[in-house]
Amino acid sequence: MEIPYTVKPRPDTGLYNAKLGIWLFLASEVMLFGALFSAYILLRVGAAEGTWPKGLLNVPLGTINTLVLITSSITVVMAWVSLKMNQFGKFRVYQAITLLCALGFLGIKSYEYKDKFTHYQIVKSDGTYVDGHMVEKTADHVILDGIEAKQLSEINSPEHGKHPEHKHITVPTSEIKKIGNYGPAHNTYMAIYFTLTGLHALHVIGGALVIAFLWGPGAKMWKTEPERFTNRIEVSGLFWHFVDLVWIFLFPVLYLL
Amino acid sequence: MSDQHTHHDVSKHVRGYLIIFAALLVGTVLTVWASYIHFGAKDSNTWNIVVALIIASTKAFLVAGYFMHLISEKKLIYSILAFTGFFVVGLMYLTIWSMEPANIVHFK
Repeated sequence: MEIPYTVKPRPDTGLYNAKLGIWLFLASEVMLFGALFSAYILLRVGAAEGTWPKGLLNVPLGTINTLVLITSSITVVMAWVSLKMNQFGKFRVYQAITLLCALGFLGIKSYEYKDKFTHYQIVKSDGTYVDGHMVEKTADHVILDGIEAKQLSEINSPEHGKHPEHKHITVPTSEIKKIGNYGPAHNTYMAIYFTLTGLHALHVIGGALVIAFLWGPGAKMWKTEPERFTNRIEVSGLFWHFVDLVWIFLFPVLYLL
Repeated sequence: MSDQHTHHDVSKHVRGYLIIFAALLVGTVLTVWASYIHFGAKDSNTWNIVVALIIASTKAFLVAGYFMHLISEKKLIYSILAFTGFFVVGLMYLTIWSMEPANIVHFK
């Protein structure tokens, strides 16, 4: 059985079916991320003074990732343009760059995640804090490369936006009341950070898998049904642009504000 | 990406895509630069949030409008997005409304 309207537009909608389908899907995606942004606003506004961290994430890495995604957006468009102009070779080159950008983005994100999972905060028995990256952990003591603080606000929103210089701090195990890394359970900021960026990263992986399939084995269709194949590239491109669009808001909201 | 594009039409648009790409790069640099400048009152970052969201919305418009071709799409897609826009705006309105002290219900 032939699937209808994969190339020609349906007379009543004026669109080929896959295009209508992807836009309906993207509309549902807007609601999904919209709900999570709403949760972010509630958590941020509801946070007690001095508890919402600022400057915790690596701005240069976030900026590079933004530039990487924007670059992948233009290569996706240019790949579609190449097919429209009957230049299959160029399509392959542009989509290969898109895939490299996707891998680059995920690589940088993984590095950032690793950095958070090795970043620890200790609450000492006397109520003071030690915050920094794990250097050594034994049964007797823990060594962090970081800072000491009397209050949480000194760590989350330091004066003039800068922390004092990091140093190796040894904390005996007997003085540790609580120790934990900057994983999702650390505080509400980290919870919403991992939820938003994790869901976004899953979208990057999903989009990249589709693009990789159409770049590799799925590209056979170009020989038999070039217009249908071009439409597939358009649909996958629309999804990819949406992923870029979400990041455009995530970057300032999580890294800069 | 409108279905009636011919090869000639598409090649004509390439320059436009590259200009949008450059604008997005500039927008990103602007976002980071603006975050290091304090706008408005000393103890408030409200204006910084406004500036960041204006830049992000402009970038989002460029991506959606030109890369996703929303600027010249079919009526049906606009209708779908109008519904989505209505519910997203409603959701954000309710979120902000719920944070007004007068609207908070305290259970005993």
